[in-house]
Amino acid sequence: MIRARVHVRLKSGVLDPQGRAVADALQGLGYAEALDARVGKVIELDLDETDPARARARASEMAARLLANPVIESFEVEVV
Amino acid sequence: MKAAVIVYPGSNCDRDCKVALERTVGAQVSLVWHKETSLPQGLDLIVLPGGFSYGDYLRCGAMAAQSPVTAAVVAAAKAGVPVLGVCNGFQVLCETELLPGALLRNRGLKYLCHPVELEIANPHTRFTRAYAPGARPVMTIGHGEGNYFADAGTLDRLEGEGQVVFRYGANPNGSQRDIAGIVNESGTVLGMMPHPDRAFDPALGSDDGRRVFESLLAAA
Repeated sequence: MIRARVHVRLKSGVLDPQGRAVADALQGLGYAEALDARVGKVIELDLDETDPARARARASEMAARLLANPVIESFEVEVV
Repeated sequence: MKAAVIVYPGSNCDRDCKVALERTVGAQVSLVWHKETSLPQGLDLIVLPGGFSYGDYLRCGAMAAQSPVTAAVVAAAKAGVPVLGVCNGFQVLCETELLPGALLRNRGLKYLCHPVELEIANPHTRFTRAYAPGARPVMTIGHGEGNYFADAGTLDRLEGEGQVVFRYGANPNGSQRDIAGIVNESGTVLGMMPHPDRAFDPALGSDDGRRVFESLLAAA
């Protein structure tokens, strides 16, 4: 079994009000250096697969077809 | 008029849509469960209702877009059957790519539930032709993710081709260019965040939404 981790994040031009609220909350806690935050998500996949290259290719396909919406999000796949 | 309202697990405006269509235009309406792989024959309209299909898991509308019945809806839409997606239905239409763009978290992060006044940006569509010129219909919104987003090129194209159908009078959620509803290129698929299905009788606070259904009846 291979575990793949898909990191999904909003594209840079897309407003992230949740990230903005997180940054504001961090500043409220005294972390003045927290200028901005972007909130994404991590999806861990357990794949019935032995070849890391194939696992990465299949996970990328899954990300492109369902896990991320290309209109607003980008993704990176990590095989662990 | 013969219509189908799609029912996903978590849809909660399916009956509202059915009753609205029955009472405003006397439509014959069937509710179609998400596991169906085909739709009734001879439909004049398919409605994707509001709600929280599949608990809004992953992204609003993402799971519903993969649902068995949605493949049949997409095929029917591509064959020219009119489709109306309201609220979660609009999100599903964007996820299926029947409509461009996406609906993001509201700018102010809060779930919004209140009446909005709309401008009819295109009164010539099959969904808006029954409105009087200059009408400013009032309907309610009820959403946490209604902030319409598309890239600038897509927005320019939507505006240039008359595909922006409804705009907010006062933008509640950060939607690009105040967009509340759009149609596809052929004008047969409408997605909108405000609820005409909650505005079809004065007892509901407004009956301004009934013109959407009356427009469709005139077109059917």
